[in-house]
Order: sequence, then C-alpha cells, then structure tokens
Amino acid sequence: MSATDSFPELSIVGNEAVLSGAWTLGAFGALGSSRRRALFRTLADAGRKASTWRLDEVSRLDSAAAVLLWRRWQAKWPVELSIPDALRPTLERVSVAPISEPAQDERIKFSCIEQVGLWSLAGWRDLFRLFKGLIELFGSLILTGFRLLRNSSLIPWKEFSANLYRAGFKALPVSALVGLLIGMTISYLSAAQLKIYGADVFIVNLMGIGIIRELGPVLAAVLVAGRSGSAMTAQIGVMRVTEEIDALAALGVSGTVRVVFPKVAALLIAMPLLVVWVCMAALLGGALAAYWELDFSMLHFFRSLPDAVPIANLWICLGKGAAFGFLIALLACWFGLNVRPNTESLSQHTTASVVTAITLVILVDAVFAILTRNIGMP
Amino acid sequence: MRQTADPIIDMRDIWSLYRDVVIHKNLDFRVERGEVIALVGGSGSGKTTLLREILGLLKPAKGSIRLFGHEIGNANSAALAAVRNRLGMLFQQGALFSALSVYDNIAFPLRELRFMDEAWIADIVRLKLAMVGLEEKHAYLMPAELSGGMIKRVALARALAVEPELLLLDEPTAGLDPARSKSFVALIRELQQSLGLTVVLVTHDFDTIEGLQSEVAVLAEQQILAKGALTEVAALPHPAIRAFFEPMGLYGAKSVT
Repeated sequence: MSATDSFPELSIVGNEAVLSGAWTLGAFGALGSSRRRALFRTLADAGRKASTWRLDEVSRLDSAAAVLLWRRWQAKWPVELSIPDALRPTLERVSVAPISEPAQDERIKFSCIEQVGLWSLAGWRDLFRLFKGLIELFGSLILTGFRLLRNSSLIPWKEFSANLYRAGFKALPVSALVGLLIGMTISYLSAAQLKIYGADVFIVNLMGIGIIRELGPVLAAVLVAGRSGSAMTAQIGVMRVTEEIDALAALGVSGTVRVVFPKVAALLIAMPLLVVWVCMAALLGGALAAYWELDFSMLHFFRSLPDAVPIANLWICLGKGAAFGFLIALLACWFGLNVRPNTESLSQHTTASVVTAITLVILVDAVFAILTRNIGMP
Repeated sequence: MRQTADPIIDMRDIWSLYRDVVIHKNLDFRVERGEVIALVGGSGSGKTTLLREILGLLKPAKGSIRLFGHEIGNANSAALAAVRNRLGMLFQQGALFSALSVYDNIAFPLRELRFMDEAWIADIVRLKLAMVGLEEKHAYLMPAELSGGMIKRVALARALAVEPELLLLDEPTAGLDPARSKSFVALIRELQQSLGLTVVLVTHDFDTIEGLQSEVAVLAEQQILAKGALTEVAALPHPAIRAFFEPMGLYGAKSVT
C-alpha cells in the first residue's frame, strides 16, 4: 500500500490523541472488523479524555471520518488541535453543517388496540374505494361499449385478439393438465366410497354435476386470476409507472378503449371457452380413474353423461365462466390503474389483484349457487 | 498532459461489441487524479458504453481496465465491491430506489458498509443533503414526490455518500431547465474542487463542459480521437471532430479568438 492508502491509526499519549494514516470510509472498510472495533473504541476513549488532538500525520480525511471526529468532540472544537491546512476545510464544512437531533419521524405511535382499530378502518375504506372504483370502471366500460357500437372503426381488434391469444390460447396446456389431475383425484376418491355401497353408476352423476356446475368454473377462474389477472395488473401498472397511460391520453387515445376494454372483452369471451376446456379435461380424468378403479367403461361414462346432467348445468357453467372472466379482468385493470409510481406499490397491487379476484370469484360462486338452486338438478 | 504513475482510470486496447457492431476498437483512455473529463461524441458513439465498462456493468470483448491501479476484468466480487466503493455514479434518470425515502436512499450505501451506527449515518446524510442544497424537510419525501432537479440532487448526494474519489456522471444536466442546470453544474464544480474529486462525465451540453471547466475527450470512429481543453480540441482539423463541433459554432474557435 502506498503512503496515501495507509490504515488509520490512533494512539493516546497522556491527554494527547495522535492520529495518523488515511481516515476515510474506504480505509475503515479495509481495516477488518476487529481492528476497526478496536480503533472506534480507542476513539471513543480519546473523545472522553484527550484535550489535544494532533492530526499532522493524517494523509487523508473524508467527511464521513470528519463527522465521526466531530461527534467524538461533542460538536465543538477541541482545546488544542493541530491539523494540516489541506484537511482543515473538510472539518470546517462538517462543523457548520446543521448537526441537530435527527428529524424524528412525526407519525404518532399507536397502542395495540388503536392499531387494530386503524387497520379495520383502513380495511373498510379500501373496500369502499374498491367498490366505488369498480362501479366507475364498469360505467365507463359501458359508455365505451356504446361509443364503439356507434363508431365501429374505433374497436381495438388487434389488442383484443392479442389478449385473447395470451389469456385464452396460451392457458390451454396448463389448464388441461390441472383439470385432468383434479378430475382423476376426485373420481378416484369418490369411486373408493361408492364401491362400498355398490353405487358405481353414480360416479357419472357425481362427476358430471360436480365438475360442470362448480369445480370447472372455479378452477379455471383461479388459474386465470393467477395467470392473466396478475399479468394484466403488472402490465397496466408498469404503463402507469412509465407514464405510458398519460402518453396515450396525450395522443388522444382513450386508455379505457385501448387498454381496459380489450382485456375485459377478451376474458369475457375466453373464460367460458376455457371453463368448457377445463371441464372436458376434468371429465376425461374422471372417466379414466373410474375405468381403472371401478372397471367402468369410458364409452359408457360419456354415453350416460347427458342423462345424468341436465343441459341447464352447461348454461350455468358458461354463465359463471363469463361472469368470473369479466370480474377478474375488471379487478386486474382497476388495480393496475391505481398503482402509484413506485416498485413497492406495483408489487402490492399485483398481489392484491390476484387475492381479491380469487376471493370475489368464490363469493360470486356462492351467489350463483343460491340463485340457481332450483335449476338443472335432476 | 500530466502522466503520473497511478492514473485513476487506465483503459487499454478496449474492444467493445454490441452484437456484431464494433463500438470501441483499440481504445485507450486514461484519467489522472483530479482531472475533470467530459466524454463527447455523437449519439451511438459508445459514450455510455464506456461509462458502463468503467463501472464494471459491462465487460469489454477485449482489453484491460484498471481502476485505482486494480485490474477489474478478472477481479472477484469482493475486490470489485471494494473498488466500487471508491467511485460514485450519477445515473441519467437518477435511478433512486422508488420504495425508499430520500433519507433511506442516501443512507443505503452507508448501511451496506455494515460498520456504521445510525447516528453516524444520520449526520452524514444531513451533511450530504446540505452539500447538494436540500433541506431537512425533504429527507422524508419519496422519489415519486420530487421534481426532476431534486431527483438529480438526491442522486448526487447518494453518489457522494460513500466518499468516492471518482465521480461518474451520465448526462448530469439532461432534462433540467437552463437555470437549474447551471446551478447544478456549479454545485458539481464546487464539490469537485472542495473534495478533490476526479470526474468523468458524458454530456452533449457545452455549457456543462464550460461550467465544469472540464477537458473534453472526443469519442468517434471507435476511438478517443482527441483529449484536451475544449478550445484546443475544437480547433483540430480532423473531419469527425469538425463534423461534431462545427454545428456548435465552436470549430476553429481558437483561431477566431
């Protein structure tokens, strides 16, 4: 090491503190933790005892080290100080800097119970905001729909088909796999129970009604919320962060028409189709498991399906698909549009978008179950 | 030009490629301690690439880069971190961490050193804020709440937090209005003089070069074509240099004055 890069050193002789070497952050870092701790201890010691400070041998002094010395001197010049002229300005800059107590975070500290109250208030407020925001977005979508009907050249076909491809077509493999596996599992477990009563034929009713009416739509919705909902929120969120949404508006292009509408429309179309696809995969899985477990012919399984499951169930299934798709896209867009321009907010909103979508889907599913309780049951 | 034994930056025979395009070809670049050098050149001439290579964010295809006398091409991550602690970088857009407040942004590199207590850090953060002309009330704002000029100032404070010997500036005045840009240049000049910094900057703005009284290095034809005082370099008869300086009315400035 050259002379300018030597380690910082400090010795106390009587009431004199003698400093030498380079007093810089880099040199402190290079010192290694045990020698650094020893140096800081000696310095604290010197700060209490020494009245004379000799810095003549110090080769370099940066402002971080100057701050450290100034703190050890309790923010006033020592009784006697010798220092090279070149280093004096650094210390003088520190000495005139506003050394006050660090500005405290001015937020009030709350007790535990108050905190719970605040959280629940914030929760209600967020819920209200979400509800209001969704209604607003829904309204503007309807208005957009009318505008597009009047002026069909404005319809964003390209964005619509891109979204249809991304959210629909690209989801086919994963949803088929998940549907197949779930169908197999449920069929296998039910078959084991049905065998005990010798009620093997009811596997068709059980699987048909269960999957087409309930499981298929919910499964597809959970998959799409995780896959496409999060992607939509993140995309719109980044467009907010990089001011692309504002750029669209500045170019006279409505963000609702070009960004929100294609996503909602695409999921409205893609979701029912995906739901049917998932149901098909799950029923295939169910039939396979029935064949292995009960020796139930697959041909017979699919032949007796129409008798066991009234056609109304399929309409319920498609209706649920459309409703869930609309809900997921609407939520994803709303959360995306409300991202504040920082990375933290982006990640929070993406999480919230998926969690809220899945929760609401299950809630709406329950509403569907109540409303359609007399329809389509054999 | 002064030639000391230990230049701060010593780049030799640098070749850089972007896909199949050669950006730098046998480029040599030296910066001595205390120098202020502005890299100028047309768009796409590889100024920012050179800066990123100095930072170690990009690796040249060939050639050696020595910073503070340490070869960084084959340095391990600890050695690279030690070298990086001796330089500060001001990114063009500021690159503040958007999830952290102004205070935490400036304190971040100090906390990463892992041997400073919070009171010490607090004093340094306040000192740096004062250095770049910001007030204490700005310390708890978030980056999204700052104006463009303030973002640059906070980014400069963060770059200066670890007491760098070398300061790299990428378009320090881009996006600032003339008055702000002038005061920001004056601030950098003042800090450079009082702290004895070595500064390398990329800029298109001649007011910035004049304000910093910096030397210029012209990057063209995959090389550093010339390095020296602005008026001297602008007077050189090389066609590429002429093409760059003539539109500014600077070509042949020396012979006129």
